[in-house]
Amino acid sequence: MTLTHSRAGSATRRRRGGARQSRAGMAFVAAYVVLLIAFGVLPTAYAIYFAFTDAGGRVTGFTNFVTTAQDFRFLDAVGHVATYLAFWLLSLVVFVVALALLLHRLASGSASKALRFLYYIPGALAGAASVLVWLFMLDPTVSPVSSLLGALGFHTFGEVIAPGNLPLLFTIIAFWTGAGGWIVVMYGALNNIPTDVMEAARVDGAGAWQTAWHVQIPMLRKWIVYMVILAFAGGAQLFVEPQLLSLASVGVAGRDYSLNQLTYDFAFQMNNINGAAAVSVELLVVSVSAAAVFVARSGFFDAD
Amino acid sequence: MTVNKPSSGRESASSKRRAALLAGCAATAALALTACGGGGATGTTTKDGFAQAPQKDGALTVWVDATRVEAAKLYQQQHPNVKLDIVTYDGDANGSNYLQTKVQLFNRTGKGWPDVVFSSQNNEASWAVDAGFAAPLTKGLIPSASLGKFASGANDVCTVGGTVYCLRNDLSQAVLWYNAPLLKKFGYSVPTTWEEYQKLGEKMAKEHPGYLVGDAGDSFTPEIYLWASKCGANHITGPKAVSVNTSSEACTKMAKLMDVLIENKSMSISGVFSTDFGKNKADKVLLMPGPAWYGGALFEGTFKTPAKHIAAAPIPQWQGETSPSTGNVGGGTWLLSKHSAHIKVATDFLKWVTTDNAYQGKKAPGFPAYTPAAETWLKGQDASGYFASDLSALKAASSQVWNGWGSGQFSQEAIWAATVKPGLTQGKSVVSMLPAWQDSIVKYAKSNGYKVSQ
Repeated sequence: MTLTHSRAGSATRRRRGGARQSRAGMAFVAAYVVLLIAFGVLPTAYAIYFAFTDAGGRVTGFTNFVTTAQDFRFLDAVGHVATYLAFWLLSLVVFVVALALLLHRLASGSASKALRFLYYIPGALAGAASVLVWLFMLDPTVSPVSSLLGALGFHTFGEVIAPGNLPLLFTIIAFWTGAGGWIVVMYGALNNIPTDVMEAARVDGAGAWQTAWHVQIPMLRKWIVYMVILAFAGGAQLFVEPQLLSLASVGVAGRDYSLNQLTYDFAFQMNNINGAAAVSVELLVVSVSAAAVFVARSGFFDAD
Repeated sequence: MTVNKPSSGRESASSKRRAALLAGCAATAALALTACGGGGATGTTTKDGFAQAPQKDGALTVWVDATRVEAAKLYQQQHPNVKLDIVTYDGDANGSNYLQTKVQLFNRTGKGWPDVVFSSQNNEASWAVDAGFAAPLTKGLIPSASLGKFASGANDVCTVGGTVYCLRNDLSQAVLWYNAPLLKKFGYSVPTTWEEYQKLGEKMAKEHPGYLVGDAGDSFTPEIYLWASKCGANHITGPKAVSVNTSSEACTKMAKLMDVLIENKSMSISGVFSTDFGKNKADKVLLMPGPAWYGGALFEGTFKTPAKHIAAAPIPQWQGETSPSTGNVGGGTWLLSKHSAHIKVATDFLKWVTTDNAYQGKKAPGFPAYTPAAETWLKGQDASGYFASDLSALKAASSQVWNGWGSGQFSQEAIWAATVKPGLTQGKSVVSMLPAWQDSIVKYAKSNGYKVSQ
């Protein structure tokens, strides 16, 4: 009896404990879902409503999309963002994976720890602050690396920020700001590759390069896809870098370089909130479509 | 805030609490939506030419840039019975559009507008009237006798459809600043025509390389040189109409002059506020065409040029030119909000800050737009002992700003900076970029809803 009671009691406790955990889990998930709806889904729906209506709330179909696409700056901005994305994604994939693999080779010892910490520092700076750091770096008059800039033929800030250099500059700034965190993530993913797999590769005679190319990189594929999806979405929304550079250069870098800057201009310079919403919706559609393609092609959600 | 409470891991979250959570969240979402929905003022009375909000007591909210904080504080000192809420913002410096951005948002939320606001840009009226923000001042608020004492044309930038919607703080007429001891040392005299100016630049480039007769690197370069040359790049002909012609002789001859001097390096392309200029060129300025505020803000403030060095002369004219003309670079404006619930005090503040000698005559850093205050200001500048000459050139220039260049909703400075400045850095000539400049102005004007004639 006592035993039975005891078992029954413990089972009840387990059930109660499980139920409590389940309720707690539900509460956390519910809170997130509610926040997501309030600050993610509803504003998005509001933007979509704006995109298809005019200032008086009348439905206008695709008029806002046509009007904004016909603006003389629209195609230029699309070109700028596309060029920047090509530079940014390529450099991110190549350098992050390469640096993570190198870091993993140094796995033991304090050098690896120190490097991981160093890589992570730029990411700890807020976006605008890191751009400000770069504004100093890129001005030959005050830059600590002015001799390097001089050797490259740049003697004034105006020469450095010539329009043709901007995609590369934005890529460097974005890489410096955001890549460190991804290197640490990739490093973690490399640590998760079972040691027997690595062992087997070594026994089969694979060198460092072959192990990286045939074993580690394929096993990092999902992480790389994840990084590309997020970097694509973030890159398509390029704003802070050109905006601050534009202010610092008193307009030379252009106030309508990226699509997001153009959106800002539509909303607050030309009082066309509906047009701004239309461009935002286009950005959303492009980012979601690109993510869908990456996910579908990579089998991102397939169970192992 | 509410949503976090139930998820804090308490042992038994009752269904009531879950319901409360959902209700709280729904309320949050509803609030988020209604916040965007805006609100309308009720109980308005039409007076002074516009529907005024119900008037009530309370603090007068004044937005100023860092330089104008002194003005607001002085008003507070002299009017201790007025409750003043002084808010500092960037004053729309460099065309930041901060005020416009905020007003668009306040228009949506239906509250938050400042009662009186200073802006360092003189094209604020061009959008602030459309946005329903700026109150008309000439329909009862400001007597015409006061307006008549502003310098001729000073409030043109504030006038839309014959009604004045803001008051000019200072004028920014361009003059020819020069370093008097250096000029004497080199044995040169102040040029009175643009032809003499160019010759002096060419002579100096040979005899004293490294010294400068001007700068063409700022976004306001066209306002100094091309405006002074009567180049019709920006003739605002109506509330939403502009005439653009950058290929006239008035434009090309000034562009050619600039190209010669840029080529021989007697005209810098750095920009007077750039770190490069401050570090390498600030003490190499022999001549510098520029606005009234260059005297205090640039030479005394930024360059720290010693006293008794800088003097002002009239800006050169083209040979044979019968009507003297000069350009203008900015000049602040004060706007009064249509939504103010303290119109009486706000109007009093506006009148005081633009006309009273206590601020404009004695403390203001720029040349006051209000003529009686300008007289006091000039006496003060002479008495300060900083300048090497009297500043009568500024007074003469205040009525010589060419009226064929206006203040539209699109920023001429932003267009020049994005279109011409990168080309200058790459070694292109100004003349070769005039067509691209024209094209860019036309596109921006059309994009802002302007009817463009070329």
